[in-house]
Amino acid sequence: MRPFTFERATTPAAAAEAVAHFPDAKFIAGGTNLLDLMKLQIETPAHVVDVNPLGLDRIEPTSDGGLRIGALVRNTDLAADARVRHDYAVLSRALLAGASGQLRNKATTAGNLLQRTRCPYFYDTNQACNKRQPGSGCSAIGGYSRQLAIVGTSPACIATHPSDMAVAMRVLDASVETVRPDGRTRVIPIADFHKLPEETPQVEHALEHGELITAVTLPKPLGGVHLYRKVRDRSSYAFALVSVAAVIQKGGHGRVALGGVAPRPWRDETAESQLSNGSKAVIDRLLGDAHPTNENAFKVPLAQRTLAAVVAQARA
Amino acid sequence: MLESDNGSHLPITRRGLLLASASSAAVMASGPSDAATGADSTAPSHAEVPRGSVTLTINGQSHTLELDTRTTLLDALREHLHLTGTKKGCDHGQCGACTVIVDGRRINSCLTLALMHPGAEVTTIEGLGQPGHLHPLQAAFVKHDGYQCGYCTPGQICSAVGMLDEVRTGIPSHVTADLMAKPLLSIDELRERMSGNICRCGAYSNIVEAITEVNGASA
Repeated sequence: MRPFTFERATTPAAAAEAVAHFPDAKFIAGGTNLLDLMKLQIETPAHVVDVNPLGLDRIEPTSDGGLRIGALVRNTDLAADARVRHDYAVLSRALLAGASGQLRNKATTAGNLLQRTRCPYFYDTNQACNKRQPGSGCSAIGGYSRQLAIVGTSPACIATHPSDMAVAMRVLDASVETVRPDGRTRVIPIADFHKLPEETPQVEHALEHGELITAVTLPKPLGGVHLYRKVRDRSSYAFALVSVAAVIQKGGHGRVALGGVAPRPWRDETAESQLSNGSKAVIDRLLGDAHPTNENAFKVPLAQRTLAAVVAQARA
Repeated sequence: MLESDNGSHLPITRRGLLLASASSAAVMASGPSDAATGADSTAPSHAEVPRGSVTLTINGQSHTLELDTRTTLLDALREHLHLTGTKKGCDHGQCGACTVIVDGRRINSCLTLALMHPGAEVTTIEGLGQPGHLHPLQAAFVKHDGYQCGYCTPGQICSAVGMLDEVRTGIPSHVTADLMAKPLLSIDELRERMSGNICRCGAYSNIVEAITEVNGASA
């Protein structure tokens, strides 16, 4: 780990200002991803601002019947919250499908959204990676790509976003609340939060340097059957090959997003309108622009079959 | 000294020898330019490194530590307080050997900085029980032979203590069929909830028996 100076935040705006002040400063919340990357010198902040003293750990009702989740609510507490289990079960299910008990006790809501890819070429500092070292190339293309993305990719990057939680947040149309270094706040719809790689895979989200997430809000409950199905190489504590988050209503219509296949949670509202025509019709539209490698082409039929299983489970 | 409890009267302890070999290996392995950047946050450095102070309660005893900011909670416990019961396995949150209980919750002590825990109450394997007055889970691991080499055992036991508490407080898991019902600790539930602790010797079936027995006794 590179040496860094350390500061405990006092207010959200002061924390944002403290990070904005240094070009290579970082917030630390749960630390479960950042410290892993700092040990490998993939992340090398010179200044670290600990946001844990800020609180931001409450889950409160909003005036329009939804929920406001503090940025520092731990994954365990969010998954176990009675309102989330009852009204947003797809979110509980997605959180519980991710990581381990120990990690969920520490990992935060905001940190989960900001976690970095687990692409093996991003993690190996001897390999070219446009995300880690812009302009160095992408060793994953033509490399070991079984786990990697099939859609939303670019000639510069084929990494996936690893989060389960974010896939459920996308299906629920969550919003990300932030404070900027000058104290102004804004709300970013989850659909606009994660960026596609295009020519700049190092730009992963819509936040400015120093902009701090303070909360994630959920609109009022959708009803319906909430399901999250994750297919992976072992039955626990592994990242998704493919995952499906779904909220299916009586009559068979609903919402669907995929994880494990793209640089961000993958949802297309026009694809969902095909739900009554079967899972193949949905996947044909959702993954119509897919460019899989030979090693991960299996993800297309796997996504279709996983969605078919989810739809059948919703009907049962 | 914990090391003196093993009855050894050799002038050099096993730990002292290991520390001596580790530091000479570090000197050989690191050139002058990367001495300050190695993974070992306690490595000697010619440059002035940033430091910070934190007061934590470990196993009921308050400690104030002055640390290199990079020091993980795990390294603070092992290298500064010499509580070597907590093990360093992968040092990346993948194996669970470093699991300790902080403010009632099990966490990976390798993936958190000591400075992030002012005022925290930390319980390690040493704080759960000692020879002569073992924690029920420590006794059950002995009875059921829930280990072979024993390296993952402190993490397994701290994790199991935290896990049983999570079940008692109604926290669901990936395999909980009904999210709104009170979870019960079936074998499937136990295996899922303990998946963050790897046992390379493969003592899993005996670990399951040990935890199941203690859960049955306290249910």
